[in-house]
Amino acid sequence: MNAKGYSIALMFCASFAEAQGFAGLGTDAEGFAMPDAGYEFEFPTDHGPHPAYRIEWWYLTANLDGADGQTYGMQWTLFRSALAPTEGDGWSSPQIWFGHAALTTKTAHFAAERFARGGIGQAGVTAEPFEAWIDDWRLSGPSLSDVSLRAGGEEFGYDLTLKTDAPFVPQGENGYSVKAASGQASHYYSQPFYEVSGTLALPDGQVEVTGQGWLDREWSSELLARSQEGWDWFSLHLGGGARLMGFVLRDDAAGDYTSATWIAPDGTPTPYPDGAFTAEPLRAAEVAGRDIPVRWRLKLPGQALDVEVTAVNEQAWNPLAFPYWEGPVTVTGSHAGRGYLEMTGYE
Amino acid sequence: MIRAGLSALLSHWLRRPFQLVTLVTGLALATALWSGVQAINAEARASYDQAAETLGEARYPQIVPDGADFPQADYVGLRRAGWPVTPVIEGRLRAGGQSVRLIGIDPLTAPADIAPDTVEVETDLAGFITPPGLLYANPETAPALSGLGLRVVPAASVAPGTAIGDIGIVQGLLGQPGRLTRLILTGDAPGTPLQDIASGLTRRAQAESNDIARLTDSFHLNLTAFGLLSFAVGLFIVHGAIGLAFEQRRPVFRTLRALGLPLRTLIGLLSLELVILALVSGGIGMALGYLIAAALLPDVAATLRGLYGADVSGQLSLRPAWWAAGMVIALLGTAIAAAGAFWRVARLPLLASAQPRAWSRGSAAGRLAQGAAAAALGLVALGLALVGSGLVAGFVLLGVLLIAAALALPLVLHGVLVLAAGAARGALPQWFWADTRQQLPGLSLALMALLLALAANIGVGTMVQSFRATFTGWLDQRLAAELYVRASDPAEAERLLAYLDGRVDAVLPIVSVDAVVMGAPAEIFGVADHATYRDNWPLLSALPDVWDRVARGEAVLVNEQLARREALAPGDPLPLPGGDTRTIGGVYSDYGNPLAQVLIGLDAFRARYPDAPELNFGLRLPAPDAPALQRALTDEAGIAPDQITDQQSLKRFSLGIFERTFAVTGALNVLTLAVAGFAILTSLLTLSTMRQPQLAPVWALGLTRASLARLEILRALFLALVTFIAAIPVGLLLAYVLLAVINVEAFGWRLPMQVFPGDWLWLGALSMLAALLAALWPARRLARTPPAELLKVFANER
Repeated sequence: MNAKGYSIALMFCASFAEAQGFAGLGTDAEGFAMPDAGYEFEFPTDHGPHPAYRIEWWYLTANLDGADGQTYGMQWTLFRSALAPTEGDGWSSPQIWFGHAALTTKTAHFAAERFARGGIGQAGVTAEPFEAWIDDWRLSGPSLSDVSLRAGGEEFGYDLTLKTDAPFVPQGENGYSVKAASGQASHYYSQPFYEVSGTLALPDGQVEVTGQGWLDREWSSELLARSQEGWDWFSLHLGGGARLMGFVLRDDAAGDYTSATWIAPDGTPTPYPDGAFTAEPLRAAEVAGRDIPVRWRLKLPGQALDVEVTAVNEQAWNPLAFPYWEGPVTVTGSHAGRGYLEMTGYE
Repeated sequence: MIRAGLSALLSHWLRRPFQLVTLVTGLALATALWSGVQAINAEARASYDQAAETLGEARYPQIVPDGADFPQADYVGLRRAGWPVTPVIEGRLRAGGQSVRLIGIDPLTAPADIAPDTVEVETDLAGFITPPGLLYANPETAPALSGLGLRVVPAASVAPGTAIGDIGIVQGLLGQPGRLTRLILTGDAPGTPLQDIASGLTRRAQAESNDIARLTDSFHLNLTAFGLLSFAVGLFIVHGAIGLAFEQRRPVFRTLRALGLPLRTLIGLLSLELVILALVSGGIGMALGYLIAAALLPDVAATLRGLYGADVSGQLSLRPAWWAAGMVIALLGTAIAAAGAFWRVARLPLLASAQPRAWSRGSAAGRLAQGAAAAALGLVALGLALVGSGLVAGFVLLGVLLIAAALALPLVLHGVLVLAAGAARGALPQWFWADTRQQLPGLSLALMALLLALAANIGVGTMVQSFRATFTGWLDQRLAAELYVRASDPAEAERLLAYLDGRVDAVLPIVSVDAVVMGAPAEIFGVADHATYRDNWPLLSALPDVWDRVARGEAVLVNEQLARREALAPGDPLPLPGGDTRTIGGVYSDYGNPLAQVLIGLDAFRARYPDAPELNFGLRLPAPDAPALQRALTDEAGIAPDQITDQQSLKRFSLGIFERTFAVTGALNVLTLAVAGFAILTSLLTLSTMRQPQLAPVWALGLTRASLARLEILRALFLALVTFIAAIPVGLLLAYVLLAVINVEAFGWRLPMQVFPGDWLWLGALSMLAALLAALWPARRLARTPPAELLKVFANER
């Protein structure tokens, strides 16, 4: 068992031992705060952590164009996972943090992760001035609309600035995003309009890049229903400036659950209920010893959307403590564009 | 033919079961002592490795503070600068009457191979990191921790004497919230220099060998040397038994050869027979060795803990490598012991009379050759003593000395016998001395074994007694305070000091930090300016006004170990951690401590290590008042009874450690002597059956069997006495080497040699008793030999 496996054995076999679903996100929410459908976001406070909830993330992806003519994708995520719904002093804090950083080119994929305990200053998030950090990885700025990001692993790194004037976009019904027919839900908002610029460090040298970024903020205590196995999550920048967020929560027993939000170029969201959005896998590739769909057909009839989504690099596999597929995609069909795809729970 | 040959050869053992028992016993004893010692060593080394494994010192560089500990903000600062470090807090906790090494780790940043397997026992992260927390402890240690108010999970993968918990939980248990004792570097260091982030920390490369293993090497080498000595002595028995069995079967060999059995086949069959015997005896020996090791291990473990702070499991585990090594050593020993016998069989004249002969008489040439070898070895020993250095050279010196002495013994005995024969008047005495001389070659191996055992006994005994005498005196000097009190935290220390104000003559803080001095682990102590030290501290050498200089912070004191290792003397400069240098004001003796130690003035210490907690105090007061104050401290000041120790208990405790240290040596000593006695018995038995042709004429001339038997006993006693007298100078030489070479190399201190003739008398009586017991049986047999048997010597050439 390697170092990461060791930690993750602790984290997931342990506190979520009885849990079902990917990464134990379907556990019962004993003692943890539950998402409230009537909740109104308050910024910048809600950019900060919500320790009373079991799980929370700051999830950043970007599609980038290099000065060398190549396209790149980057991901940076800070997770907060609470063992108990409290914040404690020093090492006794039950808040656990972990970070994922990844960089994808057409032919290569790099990933790294970090773990840290809350309570001692090694990792955390402050809302104002905004800073999210774990070890030497840092997303910080005067505000979440104007941040710079530094992170990397042994073979890669990035140093980027992300700026936008656009408002944050609530997902689901005013930020209350339902994940299953049985009522599991989260608080969920996004910033899909970042203009990104900066430098990537690759084994062959540095590359200047510009592009589009997308931040997802989500917290919950009971994200998945017990029978849900994983998800396919799309965040797409479409031609004309619109954005689409859509996901499928796969469930062999109770049937898949889908959700989508159409985001107009001015940021106005139109949420769609279960079933309105469909995603059909067209082709699978063998990735890390398992079959993973790398070409999809997405439909959202309400927006006359019928597109094919194709992985830029089929092998965008994050071989981390909990492994999953995360990488840039291109969009063709009724709408053209690009975006990011995350697929979890494929065994 | 082969089958018939084998059954003819093996039938011998059926007719002489006692010989079989002797052979098997001898080999089993030799194997047992050797493998027992090896088992102890292997267990101890495994424990050291496990302890070192706990913090991965062999695999990861470590980042350590100049002082005892450092704030965890340094850790966070390093992480945030990209340093792949994981925090560790390490300390000792007294719980359930024993001192437990507590290690706190952060499971999220620690690599998996640190604190091995712990986590696979149970993976309850929340229970592990959040209060009250839980500890994984060695199963032998777990019960002692039951009173701490948190769950203790026994885990065999945790090193003996050790418990592992979350960093935060262990900080709390040790009373050091927010403090760390070291960081482990788990990856490549980034560009930011360590000093820019945490100035008090230094990086240390992964240890090539762990400290404990290095410190205890000398102890284990000691044990190994003893095991080897026992093995060598045991081989004398095997040699005697095999020689006897071969001699008695000479007619069988001759008959088999005459019937057409090729020499090669005969040798092959004999080898097969010996291999089987060696394997059986080796197996028995291994079982015995296991028992010996299991019996001695608790003492060894206690010694290692007391002397070196090394936690060794008291439980013996069986290791396949140990079994294999034991069997190989049994086979090898048999081969060595049987080589001579085989050589004689190979040269057996086919047509000559197959009568068993007494062992070849030592020719004058043979004696001279032995004498020359002894002299040459003596010269080697002298050379080693003059130019050799290091522990191994010391042991080689010991070995060479012993072999030289053993080789010289027959020469000495021969000389004594020649003198005695010259002085003898009358036929019987002259025959007695001549006959004794004639037997000497057959007995000399057994007598050499006795010499070795006796010399080792005298040497080790002298060393232990010298050590004890010096150590006791030294303890009296060193432990001058009437009471020693330990506060569990700074708040309690404050209350304690307030309570003691006006109640005692003086309160002497005992403060120390672990540090690295001249490249090796050391302790730095702060010492108060007080008459207690001025009057009592055991200084070996010092500058004038040394205590004034120390009090002013100009000079420091170092212990003998450090001074010897680095060849330091008063007046020399000593570089201290942090870059400054102080003059060495004096060197003091510091027995029982493997580490280098530096004493600096208390004020200088406080200035240098402001964070070092002052929790231990020596109290000076009139001795008769001590018991009352001890009670009052418990009743009125609320200090737990186990935090107060009076001088007498501390001395008893220290002497207890000392006694245990040498308990093993003593046990091995006795065993070696027993084996030597057994060697004499087998030699005498061998000779007695072969000597009928020599005794029959004397009997025929009118000497009764009873007088012959008395003479046999007298002879054995005489030879043992001469050997014992010869062993005294050898033993003293041995003691000198042990004290002046081995101890200095192994422990770093030199002890004055003292001589204890009373012990020799006792040992002399013991060796005479051994010889008497060994001679009694053959003599009895002789006394009861039917006259017809003796007559046969004349009637029958067999």
